[in-house]
Amino acid sequence: MTTATPTVAVGTQKTDGPTSTAGRVRKRLNSRTATLVSIVIAVVWTIPTFGLLVSSLRPEDEIKTTGWWTAFTNPQFTLENYQQVLFGRSSSSGQLAGYFINSLAITIPSVLFPIAFACLAAYALAWINFRGRDWLYIAIFALQIVPLQMALVPLLKFFSTGVSLGGVTIMPAWDLVDEQKFAQVWFAHTCFALPFAVFLLHNFISQLPGDLMEAARVDGATHPKIFRTIVLPLITPALAALGIFQFLWVWNDLLVALIFAGGSDETAPLTVRLAEMAGTRGNEWQRLTAGAFVSIVVPLIVFLSLQRYFVRGLLAGSVKG
Amino acid sequence: MEFDFADQQPKLLMLMYGLIAFVVVVGGLLLLLDVVPAWFARRREAQLVAASASGAPITRRLKQREGLFALFFLLPTLLLLAIGLVVPAIRTVSLSLMDRESNNWVGLRNYGWMFSDDSIVRVLVNSLVWVLLVPLVATAFGVIYAVLVDKARFEVVAKSLIFLPMAISFVGASIIWKFVYAYRGEGDQIGLLNQIVVTLGGEPKQWLLESPLNTLLLIVIMIWIQAGFAMVVLSAAIKAIPGDIVEAARLDGVSPWQMFWQITMPSIRPALIVVVVTLSIGSLKVFDIVRTATNGNYDTSVIANEMYNQAFRYGENGQGSALAVFLFILVIPIVIYQIRNLRQQREG
Repeated sequence: MTTATPTVAVGTQKTDGPTSTAGRVRKRLNSRTATLVSIVIAVVWTIPTFGLLVSSLRPEDEIKTTGWWTAFTNPQFTLENYQQVLFGRSSSSGQLAGYFINSLAITIPSVLFPIAFACLAAYALAWINFRGRDWLYIAIFALQIVPLQMALVPLLKFFSTGVSLGGVTIMPAWDLVDEQKFAQVWFAHTCFALPFAVFLLHNFISQLPGDLMEAARVDGATHPKIFRTIVLPLITPALAALGIFQFLWVWNDLLVALIFAGGSDETAPLTVRLAEMAGTRGNEWQRLTAGAFVSIVVPLIVFLSLQRYFVRGLLAGSVKG
Repeated sequence: MEFDFADQQPKLLMLMYGLIAFVVVVGGLLLLLDVVPAWFARRREAQLVAASASGAPITRRLKQREGLFALFFLLPTLLLLAIGLVVPAIRTVSLSLMDRESNNWVGLRNYGWMFSDDSIVRVLVNSLVWVLLVPLVATAFGVIYAVLVDKARFEVVAKSLIFLPMAISFVGASIIWKFVYAYRGEGDQIGLLNQIVVTLGGEPKQWLLESPLNTLLLIVIMIWIQAGFAMVVLSAAIKAIPGDIVEAARLDGVSPWQMFWQITMPSIRPALIVVVVTLSIGSLKVFDIVRTATNGNYDTSVIANEMYNQAFRYGENGQGSALAVFLFILVIPIVIYQIRNLRQQREG
């Protein structure tokens, strides 16, 4: 498992002349029909999001009485919804600005910790010789299949009552209140992210040229030195890919946040608040549309600006064994 | 109507503590890795001097040092995995055999409940529908779209548009689609779907209340999100098919249809399997969509959502754990299938 064959090599996006199968099939299918169909699909795919964006900019009365498509014939736009949903003081308004900060506070450490730990572990599993190395790698890889639902109940209990074995307290209860609960969420996200992070980074690190390591060893470099001066700079693209993955995953997560951060306005992220609003205020479309767009906009920016790395990581992570 | 920034300071302070902790832990670990080996190197030198005097073997010492390095590199990961995944997973298995307060052993009663309670059987059936439909439709769509846009002038934009929902949270996507499914009793419709129905001369419906249609409409959301993933991976696989195979087939005069089934599909089989497996596992664990769109009401609940309800809303730890374990059992064969395929591929 350590020497995975790259079924799809990174960077296969390059065009290799007019001889690809898909190109052929497409050409014979009559290029114009294919183009038309694909444009229609792309438009259909985008319409729901577009409708949400248009709606979020329309005045409340308009949203609630007419479809968003009427905005083309009767354009009335306002930023009032965003103003309300972000900064409004009443409890029904959303108060999303505070939740936005919660999302940031949850996401940043939850991205940094697992990447740093996974990096170290992946290096050890790829380039340090010790007994049981392959078994350890397989074990960590296999942990990916444990649904995190299986860890929730005991982990929550561990935070609230600590761990004791036969009456002896091994780990005291964390007893966290309010914003201290962020620590629980960081911890949970870090644990849950590690198997995939180790797996993905191992894919990259194990494919670095062995000669490079060998030369460094001969020159008397120790493992930490090799790790810092040779490996880290070389795997920056992989780190970026994993960073985006983890960022999107944590920012968009609902389940972990719901359980470990609770629903309070001190710690709950945007997703928890939005899900709650969708349940209790399902007809307040002016707030829901604006709120949904607030939660979407950050991952969208990250995604659009770093898409190249994301696709790279996706191909390395999913297609290599 | 104003936002008080002062209220946010404790959170930012906590974030700062988190960042400081990060720097201390990771920095400390790297420092430790530098200091400890240096100390051992000095000790080893001393031993070497002693060894050269007595002639004892020194190779074993070297191996031990490698192991020590590995231990330090792996320590945080192993510790966190043990605390966060391994021990809790084992604990969940044992909780699933206990009553709701986790005090008494009840054997397999929680599992018996799962298969005899009508509403839970419904939940299991729903999950089955999810795991059958999502991978099938999303993968089929991914292949077709990848073929359609391949080599087209607007390929990059066209792919980005389909891929974009991947960045949107399941919660956000659910709200987007709830808006598409929105219903108004009389007058103009605000939901796109009902407007289309009305335009075609039909009656507007409360889509999300009608079982079993509502489950299918929720599945549409998942497909909308995941098709982009399938498309990107499969598109890369299609582009990796060697040109000479295609050329040879072309010289043999195969039709586009034959080309697709006899060359494209077999060539991308490994990628297909990976996509189907990933999507299957994803749709088994789906939680956010169901919770945001219907909260699991109107016969739309799935295993992951029901597990949350049982364990965290009704305090039924035993039943919730049993559902979690069942989820795990369902995932195992899918993964074994993937591992077997990968192994065959490597040997073949």
